[in-house]
Amino acid sequence: MKATIYITLKNGVLDPQGKAIETALARLGFDDVNEARQGKLIELDLKENDPDAALARITDMCERLLANTVIEDYEIKLQDKG
Amino acid sequence: MRAAVIVFPGSNCDRDVAVCLQAATGQAPDMVWHGERTLADYDLIVLPGGFSYGDYLRCGAMAANSPIMAEVVAQAAKGVAVLGICNGFQMLTECGLLHGVLMRNQNLNFICRNVRLRVRATNTPFTHHYQSGAEILVPVAHVDGNYYADDDTLRALQDNDQIVFTYSADDNPNGSLQDIAGICDPTRRILGMMPHPERRAEAALGGEDGKVLFSGLVEGLL
Repeated sequence: MKATIYITLKNGVLDPQGKAIETALARLGFDDVNEARQGKLIELDLKENDPDAALARITDMCERLLANTVIEDYEIKLQDKG
Repeated sequence: MRAAVIVFPGSNCDRDVAVCLQAATGQAPDMVWHGERTLADYDLIVLPGGFSYGDYLRCGAMAANSPIMAEVVAQAAKGVAVLGICNGFQMLTECGLLHGVLMRNQNLNFICRNVRLRVRATNTPFTHHYQSGAEILVPVAHVDGNYYADDDTLRALQDNDQIVFTYSADDNPNGSLQDIAGICDPTRRILGMMPHPERRAEAALGGEDGKVLFSGLVEGLL
């Protein structure tokens, strides 16, 4: 089973890279951007095929390594095989 | 005094800190590879600066899960002192021995220069040789040194006098909350700091402000 994990900074946590992207976009003429936030995307290919088991497993991975929950949120999306 | 310096792939201040420890204690520290799983009885464990694991995922995140780190956490629980400098500070927050997190510098730049620090707490084995409130000059060299913690954590750090070093208010290089440059745990035996005392520990390096930290260790820890 394949999974995609989106890791983003929590609301309220300053995102200097997002701010730099906003500034750079404005400089290019894209002055219609209210806010830019930057995050990470991690793709996993798991041996597990049961969605509930996979979700529990990935949640554990996020808590222990993939995200720093002091400042980051994570969202897990599972994809069916094929 | 027996000290161990943990060496990770990508550590680059391990030998500098070893020189400082030898000069201060008269005894060379053991250099312990991160793949080890046990530690002998030490009085001090140092997590040195550098770019462990290429700073992949988050600075210090991979190192915090190195085989040796479970043993470092276990030794810390027994009361063994732990000093984390720069990347070592990032590891201490990632493995939970210290609260908060070191985020990307506010201006996104890698900053490598001397900064003026204020010694806020001298009641630790690392800082008891400094004058309370002293201003010292110590270099930083990092891109992720912007200390962040939630309000409750910040309040607890203040209430327990755990903020050990701050950047001088007009010389905060990275946007750290409350100008925090270094904090200790409630037992005061675990210190994490972004500035590099080992890089300004002899006159040939431009000054000896960092040497004071090492010179106090023997008396502070034995």
